[in-house]
Amino acid sequence: MAEVSLHKLNKKFDTTHVVKDVDLQIRDKEFMVFVGPSGCGKTTTLRMIAGLEAITTGEIRIDDRVVNEVPPMDRDIAMVFQNYALYPHMSVASNMAFGLKMRKFEKAEIEKRINNAASILGIESLLERKPRQLSGGQRQRVALGRAIVRDPKVFLFDEPLSNLDAKLRVQMRVELKKLHERLAVTSVYVTHDQVEAMTLGDRVVVMKDGLVQQVGEPLELYNTPANRFVAGFIGSPAMNFADVTLVENGGKPVADAPGLRIGLPGELATRARAKTGRKATLGIRPEDIHIATPADAPEYCFEAVVEVVEQLGSEILLDMRVGEALMVASVEPTLRVRAHDTLKLALKPERLHLFDAETEAAI
Amino acid sequence: MTVSALPAAESKRLSPRLRKLEDERWLALALLAPTAILLGLFIAYPFFEGVMLSLSSARVGQPGEFVGLKNFHKIWDDSIFRTTVWNTFWYTGVTTVFKLALGLWLAILLNRHFKGKAIIRAFILLPFIIPTVLSTFAWKWMFDPTFSVINWTLFQLGLITTRINWLGDPDLAMTSIIIINIWRGVPFFAITLLAGLQTISPELHEAAAIDGARPWQRFWHVTWPLLMPVTLVVVLFSVIQTFADFQLVYVMTGGGPANATHLFATYAYQLGIGTGLLAEGAAISLAMFPFLFVIVVVQLLYIRRVETR
Repeated sequence: MAEVSLHKLNKKFDTTHVVKDVDLQIRDKEFMVFVGPSGCGKTTTLRMIAGLEAITTGEIRIDDRVVNEVPPMDRDIAMVFQNYALYPHMSVASNMAFGLKMRKFEKAEIEKRINNAASILGIESLLERKPRQLSGGQRQRVALGRAIVRDPKVFLFDEPLSNLDAKLRVQMRVELKKLHERLAVTSVYVTHDQVEAMTLGDRVVVMKDGLVQQVGEPLELYNTPANRFVAGFIGSPAMNFADVTLVENGGKPVADAPGLRIGLPGELATRARAKTGRKATLGIRPEDIHIATPADAPEYCFEAVVEVVEQLGSEILLDMRVGEALMVASVEPTLRVRAHDTLKLALKPERLHLFDAETEAAI
Repeated sequence: MTVSALPAAESKRLSPRLRKLEDERWLALALLAPTAILLGLFIAYPFFEGVMLSLSSARVGQPGEFVGLKNFHKIWDDSIFRTTVWNTFWYTGVTTVFKLALGLWLAILLNRHFKGKAIIRAFILLPFIIPTVLSTFAWKWMFDPTFSVINWTLFQLGLITTRINWLGDPDLAMTSIIIINIWRGVPFFAITLLAGLQTISPELHEAAAIDGARPWQRFWHVTWPLLMPVTLVVVLFSVIQTFADFQLVYVMTGGGPANATHLFATYAYQLGIGTGLLAEGAAISLAMFPFLFVIVVVQLLYIRRVETR
């Protein structure tokens, strides 16, 4: 049982302000992922939760206890580091036992916990080895094991998969997910990989320049991004953006740009009407664009010139020029299309996004 | 895609002699030869000559003849030689312990972030950089019976009422040269151990801190074992150098008072060159060899064990 709450958390290194007024409630048993580009403050935030970094201003609570001044060892947390941080001179078993020995656990209890963790992680046969005799994936398991045996209130993960190759990363991601379901311990996970964030997180915090951009469940971030940054960061391939002007056309609000004129549906129209005449950014995900059919309303259709065709097998990515904007569309793999073809495309009106050109906030 | 074979290394026309070097056995021989010649000329040959000298009755201006182990029998019964053996071990042991302890302490202090870190680190090296003879002369002045600045300071502070005869008393003279050797040797320990400390990932300390280890436990369970290979090498170097030390004692006390501070090297020099008993001097020099040999072999074996851990 553990909740972690951050209240007006700030961190300054000399003159650089790396974490700005972060407010966050991490619920009991929740898997919370911090994601953002490098330098966004996510790792610093995690290290402040761990107690490895002093807090400049603000407050961190674990359950109801303010831990600002509590040293790492007394916070009842366990951390998995990016480079594993296994003690190179100790065997796997000793690595896992170290935290328990320091806490004066009985020998029998230590052994029981190590065996239990080893069987969960499938590393029983490695217990006598030294870290340097292990592969990257095995080391990562040992690092996880060292955290598991402690049975802490909170798990902290600092980009634990970033040193693994792509295939292993996917495999470990699945295992981490299973592990969390099995152990049900509050977890805070830092990554720069939005796929990891989407697949692992119960909720995701998107950060940029020390500021929280949005907190929400993965699909919430995907479907209703709070601003242009989140929209562009979450989802792969990234959302398409086009600079447009909001105008009225025959009493209806329209997003207008050279070579592109898209009608705005329902509620979006209502919100856009208040900003008529202003600049905005139109956003549409590649998977929400398709080849136009007679069923598509003309105000949601546009023409595009294909520049590059990327055949991925399960889909085709079309890099296209639409007026002045560059866009990517994900279309059926069976489509016969070549570079320089001009296509008539349509988008799903309910999947349109609009962002204020100045504040970048969603309209 | 077809994998095109790398263009076969066109066998350039090499002279038959150079072609031989394509055979690894000849190549190895050719590469080893310069080192082997240098080592043979400047180490093995003098060593062999030294052995022969120690088995002769040579004196200055007198080639002498083969006398077997007579010189060794003689030094075995020599009470000054026995003092010398004891002195050398005491000098090496005490200084090594202090150099290691102080050097490690200094290295840990220097491993933190503070302003002017680079300058301080450079300054620390000064005792090591100054030629030993020069710095020892400065120390000699500080320990001088009449002009000792140390005595003056202690006197002004009211801690002593009479002069301390630093270099005139056998025990104090030994303590004095031990102090100077420690002063001179600490920088080498500090800088080398600092380099070793910097290879230890800070993440390990953070992991240990989260694991519940207090600072002292982090040092004992993480830093110390990971630093061990470096420590052993530094200690090995230092032991060899200290065991065979000459300059410091020669300048400071010349082995006195009353032969109380002689080490192997200074006693060998005094007997061999000073009094012209070349053969006996050689025997004393050689007497150092078995002791050093055992020390070095033991340490090297230990280093190997630690490194394959």
